[in-house]
Amino acid sequence: MSLLRIRNLSVTFTTAGGAFRAVDKVDVDVDSGEILAIVGESGSGKSVSMLAAMGLLPWTATVTADEMSFDGQDLRQLTGKARRRLIGNQLAMIFQEPMSSLNPCFTAGFQIREALRKHTDLDRKARHARCVELFEMVGIPDPERRLAAFPHQLSGGMNQRVMIAMAISCRPRLLIADEPTTALDVTIQAQILDLLVNLQRETGMGLILITHDMGVVAETAERVAVQYAGQKVEDQPVRNLFDSPHHPYTAALLAALPERATEARLPTIPGVVPGQHDRPAGCLFSPRCRYADDRCRNVVPPVQPDALGRALCHYPLNAPEEARA
Amino acid sequence: MLKFALSRLGTFVPTFLGVALISFAFIRVLPGDPIIVMAGERGLSEARYEELRQQYGFNDPLWVQFWDYLTGILRGDLGESFVTNRPVWDEFFSLFPATVELSLCAIIIAIALGIPAGVIAAVNRGKFFDRALMSTALIGYSMPIFWWALLLIIVFSGNLGWTPVSGRIGLLYYFDDVTGFMLIDSLLSGQDGAFGSAVSHLILPSIALSTIPLAVIARQTRSAMLEVLSEDYIRTARAKGLSPGRVNGVHALRNAMIPVITVIGLSVGTLLAGAILTETIFSWPGIGKWMVDSIFRRDYPVVQGGLLMIAVIVMIVNLFVDLMYGLINPKIRKR
Repeated sequence: MSLLRIRNLSVTFTTAGGAFRAVDKVDVDVDSGEILAIVGESGSGKSVSMLAAMGLLPWTATVTADEMSFDGQDLRQLTGKARRRLIGNQLAMIFQEPMSSLNPCFTAGFQIREALRKHTDLDRKARHARCVELFEMVGIPDPERRLAAFPHQLSGGMNQRVMIAMAISCRPRLLIADEPTTALDVTIQAQILDLLVNLQRETGMGLILITHDMGVVAETAERVAVQYAGQKVEDQPVRNLFDSPHHPYTAALLAALPERATEARLPTIPGVVPGQHDRPAGCLFSPRCRYADDRCRNVVPPVQPDALGRALCHYPLNAPEEARA
Repeated sequence: MLKFALSRLGTFVPTFLGVALISFAFIRVLPGDPIIVMAGERGLSEARYEELRQQYGFNDPLWVQFWDYLTGILRGDLGESFVTNRPVWDEFFSLFPATVELSLCAIIIAIALGIPAGVIAAVNRGKFFDRALMSTALIGYSMPIFWWALLLIIVFSGNLGWTPVSGRIGLLYYFDDVTGFMLIDSLLSGQDGAFGSAVSHLILPSIALSTIPLAVIARQTRSAMLEVLSEDYIRTARAKGLSPGRVNGVHALRNAMIPVITVIGLSVGTLLAGAILTETIFSWPGIGKWMVDSIFRRDYPVVQGGLLMIAVIVMIVNLFVDLMYGLINPKIRKR
């Protein structure tokens, strides 16, 4: 039984221009001790689906799902109070912009102790000791002094470490990291990723890594879900995905990696992600897909079997003859 | 922090000179002659008139008069009232506690109601409560203060008879000033019912005076909260599982306070100006009423000195507000 299990999740935002579907029939499964990467470009709905699981979407969002459960608890039925007991505790999340994700008015220590006070029975002294321990775990030197520092006195990488310390303070069973390294410079990115992977190994928690960086995926994840325009288009173990992508979008993404380029010019994917008003009738990727034909443009593609990476495609690539649906 | 405070104090000097000059010039631009006003209906002889002009220094060139005034200020001498012959300084401080008492009560009402109202409106943005509250605030803001004062008197003093019409305390009570604050003095006097009487006299003028700052604070709190509520750290606070009360009341409000205390600081000026109307309507013996009376009497030293004192108080309050920024948001302290 998966730790987090989501079936057929859709999220629709009410906007001035009408309803906008940010997440479209997405399934997510992640187990304890597993690292799942969700990959996709901006606007592919990867953050939104996780925010929906956390219950952090604004009221303009309508969330529907056949199933959305964490450790057997139905997330759809939770009262506000029960959800607040769960998130920040068993189910934690860190965000993209470490500098703006911490409150500028309170010290790093205050913001971590606040989570501990909410979810644990530790007394004042024990909370402080736990903070020092957490700072050591996330590799912040001189914890006593840094606990008393305000976010603006710390660097971006340091703030992201504070965010991670805060998220793991109550020993979560699942940590969702929403583009944790995007806002950081490259050397710090690697450190933060190593830190997340090491923490995941030490604690055995599940880790969902939301990213648009295939390099990050290759280095860290065990399984990859690729999202495009709000839909999950492929779901495979990381090695298989890099070896034999089944969805043309995945293949195009991989071909666009500088490390894998074979020609002088880096191949790109022509066009842009369809917006609110120009969604194609059939496959959402069809306008940009080099393999697309009339069937792709007019008929919604089926989900292929596991052996074909659950690709959302009429003509999955790299398909052995016997596996073709 | 100390350096910041000192540099702010440095900017006091030009402001102070400017206010001194304006208050000096303003009263002299008004038509009317203080000596004629002093003489009243009896009139006075040409020779006596000249003698008095000489005595008060009105025959000196204006710049000499201004120089005398400025050097007087530096010696702590604001001059003496033409009417009472008491030093302006003494008169100011005998009346000032009444105004402070009224303004403090008004600003406390405005803050105590305005901030929660703004927070609740922001959290319930676009819903009925938000709309109702913001429309009410707009009415509070657009209606003149004397209209509110008269309306309150008609309803609560006239029709319902709940509160007295004017003054600071019932005529039955008499005791000496200790602090000048009627609420405190009435308690210290130990007389039965004195405190209750002081409160009932204070309540209507405080409400009338609080209407505009209340509306301004509520609207400012709402807009600052709306801005802050979309910040990333609010999402972080919610992701920690904190209750809405804590997210809105601690994480958001603390950040939203910067613009709010700015308008609170600015409304101290408005309060003192509003106090002139309110004090006049409620016969409240504070500096507002004193200033209005002095303008009609062309009592130059009182008007000059009073304006200067009020300006200095507004400046000090705003300096205090500037220092508060750093306390509320340490990020600002760095600049």
